Amino acid sequence: MARPTISEPHTNISQINSSKNLCLHCDVPCPSGSSFCCMGCETAYAVRGISDEKRKLYSPLASYDTEKNAYSLTLLVHGVHCASCIQLIEKTLLQEENVIDARINMSTGRLSFSWTGKAEQAERLAYKIENLGYKLTLMTKGTKEKDDYEKSLLYALAVSGFGMGNLMIISVALWSSSSETMGGFTRDLFHWISMVISLPVIIFSARPFLSSAWSVLKNRRTNMDVPISLGIILATVMSIVQTINRQEHIYFDSAVMLIFFLLIGRYFDAKARGKAKQNAQDLLNQLRGYATIIEEDNKVKHIPIEDITQNMVVSVAIGENIPADGHILEGETEIDTSLITGETIPVYATKGAEVFAGTLNLLKPILIKVSRKSEKTLLSQIVKLMEQAEQGQSYYVQIADRVARLYTPFVHIMGALAFIIWWGFLGMAWQPALMIAITVLIITCPCALALAVPIVQIIASGILMKKGTLLKSADALERLSEIDIAIFDKTGSLTLGKPILIKEDISEDIIRKALSLAVYSKHPLSKALLEAYPARELLKIEDFSEIAGKGLIGKINGETIKLGNRNWCDVEAESQNNRLELWLKISDSPTLPFYFNDDLRENAQQVIAQLEVKGIKSILLSGDRKIVVEETAKQVGIKEYYGEMTPEDKFKILESLKAKGHKILMVGDGLNDAPSLAAAHISMSPSTAVDIAQNTADIVFQSQSLSSVVEGYNISVRTQKLVKSNLILSIGYNIFAVPLAFMGYVTPLVASLAMSSSSLLVIFNSFRLYRKDK
Amino acid sequence: MDSLLFLIPIALCMGFFGLCAFLWTMKSGQYDDLDGASYRILMDDEDK
Repeated sequence: MARPTISEPHTNISQINSSKNLCLHCDVPCPSGSSFCCMGCETAYAVRGISDEKRKLYSPLASYDTEKNAYSLTLLVHGVHCASCIQLIEKTLLQEENVIDARINMSTGRLSFSWTGKAEQAERLAYKIENLGYKLTLMTKGTKEKDDYEKSLLYALAVSGFGMGNLMIISVALWSSSSETMGGFTRDLFHWISMVISLPVIIFSARPFLSSAWSVLKNRRTNMDVPISLGIILATVMSIVQTINRQEHIYFDSAVMLIFFLLIGRYFDAKARGKAKQNAQDLLNQLRGYATIIEEDNKVKHIPIEDITQNMVVSVAIGENIPADGHILEGETEIDTSLITGETIPVYATKGAEVFAGTLNLLKPILIKVSRKSEKTLLSQIVKLMEQAEQGQSYYVQIADRVARLYTPFVHIMGALAFIIWWGFLGMAWQPALMIAITVLIITCPCALALAVPIVQIIASGILMKKGTLLKSADALERLSEIDIAIFDKTGSLTLGKPILIKEDISEDIIRKALSLAVYSKHPLSKALLEAYPARELLKIEDFSEIAGKGLIGKINGETIKLGNRNWCDVEAESQNNRLELWLKISDSPTLPFYFNDDLRENAQQVIAQLEVKGIKSILLSGDRKIVVEETAKQVGIKEYYGEMTPEDKFKILESLKAKGHKILMVGDGLNDAPSLAAAHISMSPSTAVDIAQNTADIVFQSQSLSSVVEGYNISVRTQKLVKSNLILSIGYNIFAVPLAFMGYVTPLVASLAMSSSSLLVIFNSFRLYRKDK
Repeated sequence: MDSLLFLIPIALCMGFFGLCAFLWTMKSGQYDDLDGASYRILMDDEDK
């Protein structure tokens, strides 16, 4: 991620020279030679002090809490990396007189604070945080709803767990004995106690099922929750009747156990979905917030980004994300386009240049004329793609749903049939007949079927997460197992995307002069230079300035020093070479080059070889120069490679391969691969790419090595095998169990045990994924 | 078996108390931010 530059030398730079120095941002001691304790502080420090002309409006969102007699507000805060950031933000807010509390939730990135006084204080407090360098965005409604649902499931789970445990104690007594041994009084006592425990528990914990069944029934359809709810209600009502009439058997335990086990499955499912949704929301948040527009009469207005329309003139400050697609009207600057191109090297842009929403303005404020509405920007389209990918469900889940739709009426009919046959035709008393019917309803509960797929996916996600790989969509694993071609991007995917200096013999004096200049720039090549030669005393620079698209210039002891690209340092253009470079010119001496390499990821060669063993062909597509691409392909062992590809070229190749029936894995970085990432059967992205770029890929991997690709593939294949075996188990169980229940060989207790154990069987089968075999 | 008359309610009450305690911890948001909680231990400022 590139950062804005500071054009004035900072007085605190002298701290670099001291051996014991504190982080410039959060005052934590940090190693000598560095000015910051961590990247988070460095970023925040560079971005701070941005002019607050750009006023976001928070006070309308503040809510008034009558208990505390104060306003409170919750916002999303970005850029919080560690404990120091939390402490800094919370302390800053709490130091204000009228702030009552301030708390950051690190897991969700939310900042909540309350203050007494007017609602308008919100802005002042928020700016304090923004001035520290942390970006604040508004929360979307979606996040709250998801949380509430998960929370309600957890409450229901806790209560039903309590109920089940205590009920079991009584049930064991009831079922392992008979009323002759116990005596009628004891039996009735147990019945009443069971009822007292069960009724509140059932009413509270069955709500997710009951409400789901009710909402579906209102639309004259059924889902899996309908027979479950029916079974629960029937069992409960019948048991109540039995208790009151002092009859022999009750079945509260069946009902509660049913609820408990089902809730477990539901909760895990909700958690898995919730995570995927969260990422889409985070992306959307980038598009919310406010933008500054300049109207025809030169008046400055602040409007929500969503309200930006074509031909508006937008002013973008330093360090601000460009809010819409358009072209520059006024000003010249450097833009961090890693969102679009995947390249971390900033791009010089001047009047007339096209810019895209979501990219970061680094150097100077600019005016932009909007060419596309907010919904039509590249970023919005990516978000839409993501949301669609999310609604889309995996093939097996679709089958399970369809089966459920047909199955549930079938189950009800079976239950009713059982009752009618036993009571009407075979002359059984209505209670036992009803019990058989309930047994049929309970035992056919397709919860094993419902768990079959999600449980394996959850376990697989967990395993992959430990290895640093994140799955963004529910069916990512399924699609990954089907691939037969893998397409790799070069920069940032096969390579680390980080320039490293190729060190040559240069005198200390020259190194120091170059570093003294480079330290004021946030350009990735300058940073690479600084990293290559750490812990040196730097010289004082006068008349420093950084020119967009060219380089740095300054004076040391009267000598003019320039550090930058070829044109800047007056070097003659050579024939093409394949290196990243920086040239240093000291007064009139001849220029000196610095060359940088972009190293291949660890294991890249092995990964390509392993993929080939599994029958997957690898192709390299890159926008870089052909000689470079050829060299890289040879190093890594890829036989088919193409260089100088535009995003459209990549897309075309992908489409032609797809047309031939191939299933393609695309390993790419940055949104310039976005159309290809979306068109591929499945896509992976390394997490050195900017966060948003990660979000367009189906899978994101964190490690420095490329082995995540192979690991992901292996796990996906095994996952599919386990899913199939789970489905066979759960369907087989139903085929076996229903006739038994129908014929009256099963009591409801046994039914619920059987049903639960079928779920457990499916779960344990899924645990086989943890085994290390190949 | 007369002892059951008070033993069972006692057991239930204890269990119920545990349930209430758990629900209270959930409601007071102790599980909301497990990552942040682990970091707060390390912060050394002057709060009580």
